[in-house]
Amino acid sequence: MIRALRIAGAGGFWGDRHDALLDQVCGGSIDVVTLDYLSEVTMAMLRGRRLRDPGSGWATDFMAALGPALPNVVKRGIKIVTNAGGANPYACADAVLGLARDRGLRGLRVGVVTGDDIFDRIDELYAAGVTLDNVDTGAPLITVRERLLAANAYLGAEPIAKALGAGAQIVIAGRCSDSALALGALLAHFGWADDDWTRRAAGVVAGHLVQHGAQASGGNFAGGWEEVPQLARLGYPIAEVDESGELEVSKHPGLGGQVSSAVVAEQLLYKVGDPRSFVTPDAVADFTDIELEDFGDDRVRLHGVRGFPPPDALPASLAFQEGWRNVATITFVWPYATARARATEAILLERCRNLGIRIDAHHVDLVGLTGAHGPLAPAPAGDPNEVVWRLAIRTEDRESARRFGAEIAPLVASGLPGACRGTGSLRPTPTPIISFWPAQVPRAAVAPSVEVLVA
Amino acid sequence: MKTFLYNLAHTRAGDRGDVLNIGVIARRKEHYPLIAAELPASRVKAFFGTWCRGEVLRYELPKLGALNFVLYGALDGGALASLRLDTQGRSYGYALLRLEIEVPDGLAFDRLV
Repeated sequence: MIRALRIAGAGGFWGDRHDALLDQVCGGSIDVVTLDYLSEVTMAMLRGRRLRDPGSGWATDFMAALGPALPNVVKRGIKIVTNAGGANPYACADAVLGLARDRGLRGLRVGVVTGDDIFDRIDELYAAGVTLDNVDTGAPLITVRERLLAANAYLGAEPIAKALGAGAQIVIAGRCSDSALALGALLAHFGWADDDWTRRAAGVVAGHLVQHGAQASGGNFAGGWEEVPQLARLGYPIAEVDESGELEVSKHPGLGGQVSSAVVAEQLLYKVGDPRSFVTPDAVADFTDIELEDFGDDRVRLHGVRGFPPPDALPASLAFQEGWRNVATITFVWPYATARARATEAILLERCRNLGIRIDAHHVDLVGLTGAHGPLAPAPAGDPNEVVWRLAIRTEDRESARRFGAEIAPLVASGLPGACRGTGSLRPTPTPIISFWPAQVPRAAVAPSVEVLVA
Repeated sequence: MKTFLYNLAHTRAGDRGDVLNIGVIARRKEHYPLIAAELPASRVKAFFGTWCRGEVLRYELPKLGALNFVLYGALDGGALASLRLDTQGRSYGYALLRLEIEVPDGLAFDRLV
């Protein structure tokens, strides 16, 4: 048997721990590291940045992770696969090549995967019958066409495998399926057949498990957090997949965290819809026959992953602007904190009405009482020591969102007593509301492109 | 007797747009049938009330000892649009653990809240 390929996850979102990469590279033996930076709406923010500055539009956090790790990555021959390219994979690759030259690592080969961005092709696609309707609601694209910020097809694992096959040590992609990062490395290494759906599905599951940061190795673990050691030194998960598609999850033994069947079960279901049909561009995985074998030493084997052919269409994610959000918070203290918090809502809303500040929707939380779960949680009995009053608004008018923020600080002096600042600023600033528009695009309409650059 | 779901199960929640999923996993696999019998999709839908505008679907994974609930329209428009404190619903799995379920008298638990 060819030995397993060891694929280490080192980041599940923009803002995850930077030093996870160095820990994975130096903490033990691995072959590949994957880093995921893109959520559904990140592409919209990145594309906006690229429009303002042609050198930006990618996940700059990647450089903070890569900088300290690169010499060891090169020395150990470890491959890195990431979607840090975001809306500008070539700019990201330039930064990596520059870093390599600075460190005297000439010859480093960096693969760039593009072709996911379909924003400039929407009219061309529409003319060819690709309407990009919302797959959840059925709504036609015309309803948001003028407010679109980004449009990307989810690429699969093949272009990543191609870049690795062409000798790339670091592969930088933009929008691709989360699991494609790991599956691409597996396809390049094992050369599984195009229609080997079961093994491809095992690779999809491997990617799904290591692609969300430390959630597969004891982070955010609800099933027994009391027993997870050393969360401050958490070892991120490692998927070990052999040629036959046998899959185990582990972590470096010298680091904290935990890999148990309960931990893996939680992560297996994370963000999953129908578990009979986990759809990716490369295969459909069926989770319903999966059984977990816990070896008790931070190692879990998965049995029973089944795979099927993927649909012809690729998933696409579009994003559009829907207005502005702003959030006010003020703390009220005992006694009768709740009554004063509730009365403040009416004061602020009347004030906004009188000033012509447009508010399309508002929502109040009393943090500490019913803040996180609203009507789902019973209010505790007794008069609380304090409550944080939190009032959030949505408005289509940016100026109204800004003016709302200017009305909060005065409430501390002009409103009710026993108040101090809340959990945020007393002069809160608006954030754009970017909404996600799930669509589909035929595979034949998307042409991924692969290029390998040398430092 | 009745006990909190917390004592028998753990959960993880995740968001995709305005859709929330909650994986409910039995702490002990032998308790899975009991949990599955007490948690039809309709009960989860009723529990979330006005906080879930769409339907709730339930999927069964008996080999994992788990159920997966998918709640449509449960995130006030999704992460960036939501006006709630928990914009992504990451804590909503814990909300569900408040449900009280009927279990045989004297059943042994791993947790007790």
